[in-house]
Amino acid sequence: MTDDKLVIAGIEFNSRLWVGTGKYKDFVETKKAIEVSGTDTVTVSVRRVNIIDRSKENLLDYIDPKKYKILPNTAGCYTARDAIRTAMLAAEAGITKLVKLEVIGDEKTLFPDNEALLEATKVLVKEGLIVLPYVSDDPIMAKKLVDLGCPAVMPLAAPIGSGLGIRNPYNIRIIMDTVKVPVVVDAGVGTASDVALAMELGCDAVLLNTAIAGAKDPIAMAEAMKYGVLAGRLAYKAGRIPKKLYATASSPLEGMIGNR
Amino acid sequence: MNITLNGEKKNVPAGITVLGLLESLNIPQERVAVELNLDIVRKNVYAATSIKEGDILEVVSFMQGGLRKEFKIQRQDEKLRREI
Repeated sequence: MTDDKLVIAGIEFNSRLWVGTGKYKDFVETKKAIEVSGTDTVTVSVRRVNIIDRSKENLLDYIDPKKYKILPNTAGCYTARDAIRTAMLAAEAGITKLVKLEVIGDEKTLFPDNEALLEATKVLVKEGLIVLPYVSDDPIMAKKLVDLGCPAVMPLAAPIGSGLGIRNPYNIRIIMDTVKVPVVVDAGVGTASDVALAMELGCDAVLLNTAIAGAKDPIAMAEAMKYGVLAGRLAYKAGRIPKKLYATASSPLEGMIGNR
Repeated sequence: MNITLNGEKKNVPAGITVLGLLESLNIPQERVAVELNLDIVRKNVYAATSIKEGDILEVVSFMQGGLRKEFKIQRQDEKLRREI
C-alpha cells in the first residue's frame, strides 16, 4: 500500500497507527513498543522540566524526533486558556507546529469541552498552528472545527483509556461523510479488532495509547495493533460484501452427481 | 533575588538572563520553551532577557503521556495575574 499514504497539511504519514507515550513501565519499553507498532507518529505531553533532578532521562532521548513525527498534546487542560498556553509553548519548543488539541470537560469521562475547544482552535489556527482536535463523535462539531481551519479531526471512539471500542460507528461514518478532511479515531479502543473496525469504516488513522501500554504484554499488543490497522485498511480498500440475511452458496450447483 | 521557577521558589543571582538561568540548570535550549510572567520568551532573545525579582518562570519540554499531574502547568493563572 505504498501509494496509500495519509497526508495532513502537507505532512506525509507512513503509518496509519499513531501512538501515545504514557503509562509504560519505562522508556525502554516505550521505545520497543513504538518500534514494533510500525508507527511514525507519537504523541507527547508538554510538562515542566524537572529542575530538581537534571539527571533524569527524557523521553526524546529514546524517541528520536528526526525519526518520528512528534505530536504534542494539551492533555490535562480544562480551559481554552490553558490549552492555548500549552499549545503555544509546544510550538515554541521548536520541533513541530502540529498540536493535538484537547480541552477536557470533565475529570471522570475526560470528554472534550467542545465549546472551549472551538474557542482554543480559533486562536491557535490564527497563530499558525496545525490543530488536530480531539472531539466528541459529533458530526456538527467536526464540521465547525474544519470550518475554523483544522486539517483533520480526531473524534473519540469511547472515553480515553476505557477500552470500550467504537461505541458509535454510525456517528463516525456520518463524520466522514460530513467533513472532507482526514478522520483520525482517537481514544477508547481496546484491542486490535477495534482498530481494524475503525479502519474498515474508512477512518484515515487511529490514535491510541492505553490499549498498548496497559496490555499484559505491551510489545505483543503493539504488533497486534500494527496488523489491525493494516488489515482494516486493506479490507476497506478491498470493499466488503454486503450483509445479507440468507445464505449464498459458494460452490456451483452445476455438474453435481445425481442431477437430472 | 527570588523567583518562582516551575512552581518552586528559587534564589538566583541578580540580573541573570533566561539563557544564564537555563545554563546554570544545565537545561539545553533546544526542545524547551520558556514562559516569563505568562508571556512566551522566544529562543532568540534568551540572552537579552533579564529576569527580575519576583518573576514567575515556566520551563517546559516534551514528556511522556497523557495526564501526569506532577509536572502539569498548574491552573493558577488568576492567582498569577494578581501577583504580577
